[in-house]
Amino acid sequence: MIISAKNLTKTFKNVVALDNFNFEMNYGTLTALIGPDGAGKTTFMRLISGLTAPTSGNLTVLGLEVCGNEQKIQNKISYMPQRFGLYEDLTISENMTLYADLHGVKTEIRRERFAKLLEMTGLERFTARLAGKLSGGMKQKLGLACTLVRSPELLLLDEPTVGVDPLSRRELWEIIKKLVADENLSVLVSTAYMDEAEMCEKVFVVNHGKILMSGSPNDIKSVAKGRCFRVKTPENFPTRILQSILLDDKNFVVDSVPEGNFVRFIGQKNFDAEQYSVKIKLPIEKIPARLEDGFMILLHDDEKNNLERVFNLKKLYLDEKYPISDEIVIVVKNLVRKFGDFTAVDKTNFEVRRGEVFGLLGPNGAGKTTTFRMLCGLLPMTDGFLSVAGVNLRTARTQARENIGYVAQKFSLYGNLTVEENLNFFGGAYGLSGTNLRERIDELLTEFHLRGSENQNSGDLPGGYKQRLSMAAALLHKPQILFLDEPTSGIDPLARRDFWRQITDLSAKGTTIIITTHFMEEAEYCDRMMIQDHGKILALGTPQEIRRQFGNENSTMNEIFISIVENSRGGG
Amino acid sequence: MKNFFLHVKVLILKEFLSTAKDPRTRAILIAPVIVQTILFGHAATFNLENVPYALLDLNRSKISTEFVAKLEGGKVFRRVKTLSGTNEVASAIDSGDSVLVLTISPDFDREILSGRVGKIQIVSDGRNTMTAAVASGYLGRIVDEFGSTNKIRLETVAWFNPNLITRWNFLPGLMGLLSLVQVMLLAGLSVAREREQGTFDQLLVTPLSPTEILIGKSVIPVVVGIFQATLVFLICRFVFEIPFAGTLTPLYATLFVFTLSCTGLGLSISAISNSMQQVMVYCFVLILPMVLLSGFATPVANMPEILQIVTYIDPLRFALDSLRRIYLEGCTIAEVAFNFVPMLILAAITLPLAAWLFRNKIS
Amino acid sequence: MKFFRRLSALIRKEFLQLARDNSSILIGAVLPIVLILIMGYGISLDVKNVPVAVVLEDFSPAAHDSMNFLDGSKYFSTKYVTSMAEAKILMRERKVEAILRVPPTFSSDFQRGEAKLQLILYGADSATATSVQNYVEGSIRQINSGKIAIESRIWFNDANSSTFYFIPGLIMLILTIVGVFLTALVMAREWERGTLEAIFVTPVRLIEILLAKIIPYFVVAMFGFILCLIAAKFLYKLPIHGSLTIILLSSVIYLFVSLGIGLVISAATKSQFLSAQISLIVSFMPALMLTGFIFDLRSVPNFISTIGHALPPTYYLELLKTLFLAGNNWTMIAENCSILVLYAIFFIGLALKITKKRVD
Repeated sequence: MIISAKNLTKTFKNVVALDNFNFEMNYGTLTALIGPDGAGKTTFMRLISGLTAPTSGNLTVLGLEVCGNEQKIQNKISYMPQRFGLYEDLTISENMTLYADLHGVKTEIRRERFAKLLEMTGLERFTARLAGKLSGGMKQKLGLACTLVRSPELLLLDEPTVGVDPLSRRELWEIIKKLVADENLSVLVSTAYMDEAEMCEKVFVVNHGKILMSGSPNDIKSVAKGRCFRVKTPENFPTRILQSILLDDKNFVVDSVPEGNFVRFIGQKNFDAEQYSVKIKLPIEKIPARLEDGFMILLHDDEKNNLERVFNLKKLYLDEKYPISDEIVIVVKNLVRKFGDFTAVDKTNFEVRRGEVFGLLGPNGAGKTTTFRMLCGLLPMTDGFLSVAGVNLRTARTQARENIGYVAQKFSLYGNLTVEENLNFFGGAYGLSGTNLRERIDELLTEFHLRGSENQNSGDLPGGYKQRLSMAAALLHKPQILFLDEPTSGIDPLARRDFWRQITDLSAKGTTIIITTHFMEEAEYCDRMMIQDHGKILALGTPQEIRRQFGNENSTMNEIFISIVENSRGGG
Repeated sequence: MKNFFLHVKVLILKEFLSTAKDPRTRAILIAPVIVQTILFGHAATFNLENVPYALLDLNRSKISTEFVAKLEGGKVFRRVKTLSGTNEVASAIDSGDSVLVLTISPDFDREILSGRVGKIQIVSDGRNTMTAAVASGYLGRIVDEFGSTNKIRLETVAWFNPNLITRWNFLPGLMGLLSLVQVMLLAGLSVAREREQGTFDQLLVTPLSPTEILIGKSVIPVVVGIFQATLVFLICRFVFEIPFAGTLTPLYATLFVFTLSCTGLGLSISAISNSMQQVMVYCFVLILPMVLLSGFATPVANMPEILQIVTYIDPLRFALDSLRRIYLEGCTIAEVAFNFVPMLILAAITLPLAAWLFRNKIS
Repeated sequence: MKFFRRLSALIRKEFLQLARDNSSILIGAVLPIVLILIMGYGISLDVKNVPVAVVLEDFSPAAHDSMNFLDGSKYFSTKYVTSMAEAKILMRERKVEAILRVPPTFSSDFQRGEAKLQLILYGADSATATSVQNYVEGSIRQINSGKIAIESRIWFNDANSSTFYFIPGLIMLILTIVGVFLTALVMAREWERGTLEAIFVTPVRLIEILLAKIIPYFVVAMFGFILCLIAAKFLYKLPIHGSLTIILLSSVIYLFVSLGIGLVISAATKSQFLSAQISLIVSFMPALMLTGFIFDLRSVPNFISTIGHALPPTYYLELLKTLFLAGNNWTMIAENCSILVLYAIFFIGLALKITKKRVD
């Protein structure tokens, strides 16, 4: 046993991060920890690496009791924290050399090792570049390279792929898998991605500091055995709406997600497919369970008593029409943005219609953040034409801003102001005051399930609350267009369902949504999406169109994305 | 412009809440000012209440003893050492125990009795020129009183500070100095902190105009600066009991113009910086020379011409001059108005610059 | 062996960062140079060319002649006016710092040996006023040639220039700024940016991490120190009466004290903002005000002197002034150096104790 925890408990002030945790991991295995944000994954990693002391219980790592042997363990293991603190004003090779020196890697071995790591990470051409100038994916790869300057007895990876695009994610995992095979490494990795957990031999599902289940990916899948189905969306009916209708039907359905022209869902216990098929007047097809299905069932069971409900939703019906308006609210023509010699966005053209959910996707550093910032009026364009909500952004930026809402990455709100103070401030900024403002805040507090937390400082709220508060703040003035920059990263899967349910509702009420995300399966919720790389549009259309154009009907969005970007890079 | 007042109101409220809610920030804004004012107020003195000296009386006569008695009767001179020979003078000064060594010449009484001049010699410690000079001055006055046959009698009157107490000159200046440090840091960090936390983007996508944001960001530093200056003022007035010759209107007008120009400077620094660390470094690197060139510790008039010209961009210089004049001389606004011009020019450049940089800074 | 390898790797990293981070260069090099120039050329308590209005109400040549001591002096620039009203306006406008009034009957009174002169000082600037007063009194004393003559000599500052006593203070300030402010800031940055978490889980020891901060900033501060020393010697001709070795040695000790304080502050706050504020409040401002840099600790109230003597920079400043201007006073050197060594041990020990390889 390389790691063994018995009744391990860790509390911070009043919060229990780990609660009687019992965990075992064998030598030479690849083990995953999956669970929502705040489940205790990071705390566990830090306990293993001796960076924090347990409140009670036993923890042995590499045969050593961690308490009192911190340094001995730190000599033998390698740890990649979630926020790997690269020295941003050091170059790639300087960062790697620092870690090699600290680990005492011999010069002879070092040359070979560096060459191998640089080749695997694809960083060999950039060794002289400052770490601060790298894209998010490259930074994570460099962090991994620094962690792996020598072959450790135990490798800990804490969400190594958070904020990383699918392409870089796949590359990172190829490196990990190769090293496990070549060097017989023992690896413990925590992740929010199910496809990553699927590659591990053993998976621990964690929630609220407790282990809900452990076993092979197949063991976890088997939890959902026989309960997974899919239903084809009727012609001219948005998949997203059908998915929401199923999701709302809590008596029968545990969870549902859009997938191409189908909606995938998990039935409640004793779910009768035939009966349900009659109820919704659509044929239902049984499908094999995935890891995520098992995971969702485990989480739902654990959260039964405190499931967050979504309020004030417009009820959706299968026999209603949900056509997309013809009115065009965003026009982008020959949009160009240059930073010095570097062209970040190159002659980009697209249009977005009222009520559409439009996804901006692309690898890290592809120019989507630049495009996004120009659309919100945060960055002036170099050339081209841009109109948002019928207002030309070159001439009337202030006016355009009255019609948009903006949810920033990481939900930037004033952390030391309470929920109510934040809403009052943004309300005033959007010109609301007095009774109007009070009523609107009242509505939003209910709608976003923030009641009861009005007087809490927004900085102290958990991730999901912060996200809902950001949404509420951005929607105070009922904007025509809502911009969301990676609104789902760091949010647990249940909250993500609620989030998308709310988006569906907004769009059904006529709000246009522009969104960026790194979860490719979330692109399925979009009416249309755009994939960018090197500042150019590679693909534009509905998820289904893009699927048809670049792969086959059965590919996942992740595979499609990777093949589009790889084709373009290979061809260019 | 339709929501101008609403916008400004919510911005100010937000800035106020985020400054005042954090107990650590609150503590930093109040406690250090009071402690520093009281400590530095007591420390700030070139007036010697206590001159430790060493005596070498080579005469040892009735007259020399009389002279020494007169000297020590004044309570200022305190003998710490009585020397027995010239060879001991050096060590008495070296050790730093005595500010000066007084040597009375062997023929002191004979010279005086025969109607000539008796000689005394003082050797003072030049490691602190100010102390040495002041101590010699005191001694001179005692000597003047001792010899009563003066042909010229000098009557000295000092305006505005009759006893020439250093503290009177120093403390009104501290109002400007302490608020300078706080205003620069507060204004400087306000935008940089929002940039680091990502909330600045959130502000910029709202219909708030740069002017409104600028006003919202300026009010709190100005208010805090004036508040701190008020604390210092109250301590001057009631703890150190320095008589206030002026009126409050010119005092607060000066503080307002001064803190406004510092806010402009701070916000401009904030707008060009990428991180809070950069802001702190820039502020620090600016504040030190600003203090030294302001005439806070040493008069501007003692500086070479070129440096005196440089001081025109230092708002603290003009604020100090105004504050001291209003406090000690009782000057009116009209009499110190010329000091406002350079500060207002600085504010007129830096404030719009900061507002422009909010949006146009390329990171 | 491994110890030195890891240490040198961390130090190399620190120097690379130093070279690329303009804020370290600003504080380590630009600020000292600016301060040296301002302190040397701009800051002076010495009276020179002070404008003085002389109100000659006595028009006799004798009266005019008796004012010769002012005209010939490099300390004053005189402005003759005929009425007190005129002089008062000049003073109000701060065109003159003092008024010397020669009453109408001055020359006749002088003959009888009972002349009076009136000196009106601009008291709001008390330092200048005191200097003017002392000088005028001294001159009149000479004219009077009363019973006692004072022969005055100033030791250890032959030029009687305040620059001589500001420069040692400046050196003290620069070592304090780099040691405390800059070090606290860069260490707090490591905590804030999370760069320490991954570094902790390597064979690196805590002492290596701290030494790797101490050594580079030691070098930066020494660079500033040497700059000051060169400027002092060649620009301002400051004499070095004492031993240069002892100056260097005491500076090294003091630098360890301030580096220790910087590390303690950063470990206690782990935030750049608080580190900057606290280092300003607890180290920089007191070093300026309470150590005898501007105000002589011998002339302040006892409780201030007690506080001043609890501050390490006070001892360092005393050492520097004595070593530069007076010479080797071995008793004081031994005493102050030992006090500084104790402070250094205390603060570096405290830094080692409160810094932990932990992220809680």
